[in-house]
Amino acid sequence: MKLSPYLYISPFFILFAIVGLYPLLYTAWVSLHDWHLIGGQGDFVGLKNFADVLQQPRFYNALKNTFSIFLLSSIPQIITAIFVAWMLDANLRAKTFWRMGVLLPYVVAPVAVSLIFSKLFADESGLINTLLTQIGLSPIGWHADSFAAHVAIATMVNFRWTGYNTLIFLAAMQAVPRELYEAAVVDGANRVHQFFHVTLPSLRPTMIFVVITSTIGGLQIFDEPRMYDTLGAGGADKQWQTLTMYLYELGWGPTRSFGRASAVAWLLFLIIIVIGVVNFLLTSRISNSEGKATKKGAQA
Amino acid sequence: MKRSLALLSVVALGLAACSSNTPAGDESSAGADPNAPVTLRVATFNEFGYEELFTEYMADHPNVKIEHKKAATTDESRDNLNTRLAAGSGLSDIEAVEVDWLPELMQYADKFVDLTNDDVKDRWLEWKTAAATTQDGALIGYGTDIGPEAVCYRADLFEAAGLPSDRAEVAKLLEGDWAKYFEVGKQFVANSDAAWYDSSDATFQGMVNQVAEPFENPDGTPKPLADNTEIKAIYDQIMQAKADGLSAGYAQWSEDWTAAFQNNGFATMLCPGWMMGVIEGNAAGVTGWDVADVFPGGGGNWGGSYLTVPKQSENQEAARELAAWLTAPEQQIKAFKSKGTFPSQVEALESEDLLSQTNEFFNDAPTGEILANRAAAVSVTPYKGPNYFSIRATVTDALNRVESGTDDPASSWDKALEAYQALGLS
Repeated sequence: MKLSPYLYISPFFILFAIVGLYPLLYTAWVSLHDWHLIGGQGDFVGLKNFADVLQQPRFYNALKNTFSIFLLSSIPQIITAIFVAWMLDANLRAKTFWRMGVLLPYVVAPVAVSLIFSKLFADESGLINTLLTQIGLSPIGWHADSFAAHVAIATMVNFRWTGYNTLIFLAAMQAVPRELYEAAVVDGANRVHQFFHVTLPSLRPTMIFVVITSTIGGLQIFDEPRMYDTLGAGGADKQWQTLTMYLYELGWGPTRSFGRASAVAWLLFLIIIVIGVVNFLLTSRISNSEGKATKKGAQA
Repeated sequence: MKRSLALLSVVALGLAACSSNTPAGDESSAGADPNAPVTLRVATFNEFGYEELFTEYMADHPNVKIEHKKAATTDESRDNLNTRLAAGSGLSDIEAVEVDWLPELMQYADKFVDLTNDDVKDRWLEWKTAAATTQDGALIGYGTDIGPEAVCYRADLFEAAGLPSDRAEVAKLLEGDWAKYFEVGKQFVANSDAAWYDSSDATFQGMVNQVAEPFENPDGTPKPLADNTEIKAIYDQIMQAKADGLSAGYAQWSEDWTAAFQNNGFATMLCPGWMMGVIEGNAAGVTGWDVADVFPGGGGNWGGSYLTVPKQSENQEAARELAAWLTAPEQQIKAFKSKGTFPSQVEALESEDLLSQTNEFFNDAPTGEILANRAAAVSVTPYKGPNYFSIRATVTDALNRVESGTDDPASSWDKALEAYQALGLS
């Protein structure tokens, strides 16, 4: 048996084992113990940490908030990104200027984004509520109402990530063979038909990539909700406390229970895997059926 | 030192947990040559006013080299301290600690050097030292500054509402307990568009800091919140004041709170010395701020710091010497002159430099003298045990729910009781 091919690929696996696998397994090990941030390792308690966490209403509240913010950010973000990419894919003047323009918000650090948006979303002195009251509407309780808070946080996420996803979609769109469009035009397809029957199905692998990365990012959201008010604890009623904030509170907050924090980390990991698989199945099915529809359409 | 914006902290799962329990203890440099060259690292946050003092110390002690690590916020410093304390290495020889997170460190007092020494005996106000002394009498921190609280107020709004506005008269007007403070507030809001104070939470903080055992018994066991009549009474009093329209309803440090300084949002604030700089910054261009030599219910303290020497340090004796020098009254006066950190040393409080200080923004009020009087008026040191923060947070959350209008006082209190149960303390 030849050894050298395995040696050539080994750096990746060695690195992965150190920075990926080891922390993952170590976290699992910690989650099975009473483990204090400063006091260190305590007794082995089996799955007690998981049971404790799963009995807390706060955990489900955090789960609900995480999903709400995730859906409010990812769905509009991907739709907008595809649409903007489609526009940038057209024959524009000063292409590079527009393309760099959409990426600009991505360069801004999330903490800075939060500081800027906190001026917009302040309950009383904020720009949005000032405008609302001036046109005679009642102001929105950005830091009181749970859904309003989620929308505000999702807005910050969208501001930052839409441009990034746009460029990924744009790259994929430019790889679509132009002959397909020409053939569609010959068949009498207008711009809208082209978009739905040529562009979208061709984006399938990219779509899966974007959906999965934004799922991972969306479910781990931390910076934006933590910076949303000055206390960083997710609101008086925990209206916008996400799972990672809950994890942080357990591990670094007053309880300093690394055991429970690790349990939440593992639960979050499992949730992401499940969602990832569901995403993958759904996305491939949608693209498949659309792909078939296009083929049928072309045959007809 | 001031409470800072909550900054983001990186969640380093797993990696941060490698703890070693071996105390880097007893190889202290006790018997070593006092003139051997030594490098001391000092970690502070915000502004301690130490830069020039370090230069001075190094000039007097040619063998000592000081490296200063200055964190921008207290949170950053706290995270760093916790993480490296957990890791068992990497801390500086002197670590500055804020009074707010001192209680949680007191649980690990054995990881810090006992700094008891004859040369610092009776140096500080008694309550300042008491907070850093363990039950077996070990002193883990030397006091630097304190935050004695006075009442800052808007003389112009007082006058417009028909109240006396001269600071001596205001002090007389507010002299008394909290009921008196709220009573005057009701008179004020009846004749003004502004609220009486900025925030229910800040007022709660002021009241709780006068309770000897707010949330825990002195043996460290938590008091069940449901049976805590003292706290419930304070909660009810603040909720009543809220119903009477006394609170402007802002969370301190929030965007709205900052903006309210510019549009007459409220007329009074509980005001530790360091808060005066904050008011001056937020209320730039607004005239009428003044400060009265009075505090409801006696004296109160908010904030202040300590210097500690972790057992990790390899130069414990030299570090202790430097900490003792830095916190001596003469040096603290210099720091006060440079950055306004109000000294906690008995002798410094009588210094002419301090007493003669006035503040132009607050209508030339003699702030040095007022704060020295306020420091002397502090009579209660609240016992803050390991669970002080988590329990207090359940009550402040309850206050904030009512403040933001999402809940009424009764059901919000019930939620606080649920949150207390969820802490799983008893």
